[in-house]
Amino acid sequence: MSSAPRPLLEVRDLHVDLGGAHVLQGVSFDVPAGGITALLGRNGVGKTTTLRGVLGLVPRRGQVVLAGERIDREATHRIVRRGVGYVPEDRDVFAGLTVAENLRLAARNGSARYDLVHDLFPELEERARQRAGTLSGGQQQMVAIARALLNPNRLLLIDEPTKGLAPALVSEVAGLLERIAAAETALLVEQNLAVVRRLASSIVVLDQGRVVHVGTAADLDDEALVHRLLGVGHAA
Amino acid sequence: MSTVVLLTITGLGLGAMYFLVASGLSLIYGLMGVLNFAHGAFITVGAYGAWFAETKLSGIGSVPLRFLAASVVGLAAGTCFATLVELVLIRPLYLRHIEQVLVTVGVSLATVALVEGIWGSDPKFYVLPPWFSGTTTVAGAYIPNDRWIEIAAAAAVLVGLLTFLRFTRYGLIIRAGVENRAMVTALGIDVKRAFTLVFALGGLAAALAGVLSGIYFTSITPERGTSLLIFAFIVIVIGGLGSIKGSAVASAAVALTQQYVNYYSTGIGDLSVVLLLAIVLLARPAQLAGRTA
Repeated sequence: MSSAPRPLLEVRDLHVDLGGAHVLQGVSFDVPAGGITALLGRNGVGKTTTLRGVLGLVPRRGQVVLAGERIDREATHRIVRRGVGYVPEDRDVFAGLTVAENLRLAARNGSARYDLVHDLFPELEERARQRAGTLSGGQQQMVAIARALLNPNRLLLIDEPTKGLAPALVSEVAGLLERIAAAETALLVEQNLAVVRRLASSIVVLDQGRVVHVGTAADLDDEALVHRLLGVGHAA
Repeated sequence: MSTVVLLTITGLGLGAMYFLVASGLSLIYGLMGVLNFAHGAFITVGAYGAWFAETKLSGIGSVPLRFLAASVVGLAAGTCFATLVELVLIRPLYLRHIEQVLVTVGVSLATVALVEGIWGSDPKFYVLPPWFSGTTTVAGAYIPNDRWIEIAAAAAVLVGLLTFLRFTRYGLIIRAGVENRAMVTALGIDVKRAFTLVFALGGLAAALAGVLSGIYFTSITPERGTSLLIFAFIVIVIGGLGSIKGSAVASAAVALTQQYVNYYSTGIGDLSVVLLLAIVLLARPAQLAGRTA
């Protein structure tokens, strides 16, 4: 009898306090290797903080295990160098740097996959000398995703990649994520349920800093469950 | 006309020293968020390091060569001191801004007290090459030769810093870090190495300002670093926190304002700089938040 494969990422009893607020109150969940796990919840329940907590960008307590090794005591840059790519909410491109400089900054010795990035985002090659701050929102999102994809990743943390994008671009970004997910595991924070249904294999739902549901993307077809977990106003 | 030329070039000489202090101060704040009150101590260590070395290098017969060698020692002392301050005092207090301010103020006060304790508070004088005390005639104005040295040194540092920031990997990290330090670490980069490098570069430029101040003001004193630092703070606020080019322009503006107002009125040059700061802040309040290296 074979045991179940160990998850790629194990988050156990993760707590984060920010500005006097107990934002994460013992979050625990797994991310299986392969495919996309979506982290869902209403605004302000701690989804972005969970990603930042995994990456060590905020002070946290609890255990974070990547491929069997604890990373919760490591500095952010060391966690990233273990193969964790990060696409932040609001893109966070370096506005004063050119597109090429944004990518060059992310590239690590000898492993940079410029061919892959230029294949996925041919527009970025054309705009290499343009300052990232002058790009449109969609183009900045491409830079943010490209930076994360430039190095081989074991896990991608992607925070609201379709936020603020025009509907046509949402579909384009979803298509890109679909291609990426074929090769790399991702933990995706996303408000757009149509995108989640298209991309995710498993879901984790947060509410008030706690995990309230773990399941598969098929659970999102249950309207009553979606209404209970995510609220009426949630974008579908 | 000759008065205008004299005031302008002398003002630029003073501005050169402001820039040398402000450039490091601005990068340190822009990248690390550290308001480094110890920067004046780097000036003092550089100035006294060069003076002390000069007294010990009497074996070098050539005055220019001796002064050059002493200056190199002063710059090395300022750079090493700044690096040590970052590694030993600032790094353990990373993100604890109040404690950083307290520690850097403490370093500043302790350095002045230490220098006074060892060498006294009387001015010290460099033995300078004779050319330094001569003049050059420009459009009828007799310009002290040392002004050219100060302006040339600041111009070289400006070009060197911009080249470093534009064309090197660490320059790229610093420019990105000034914009968003957390995102730089999220790309797998150990930004603390850049912190140390920026402190070292800031210490080098400040030490150079210390040595040059001994030429411009004809002497060095333990408090010189503190008085230059006050104007450097004004410069970085006017020029934009974290901006090297802004620091260069603001240094010239502050020093020229000081020179002209001091000449055409009596003794309110320093006050005029404070007024200039107030005008800039009223006109462009976002200047305090400005960040691009």
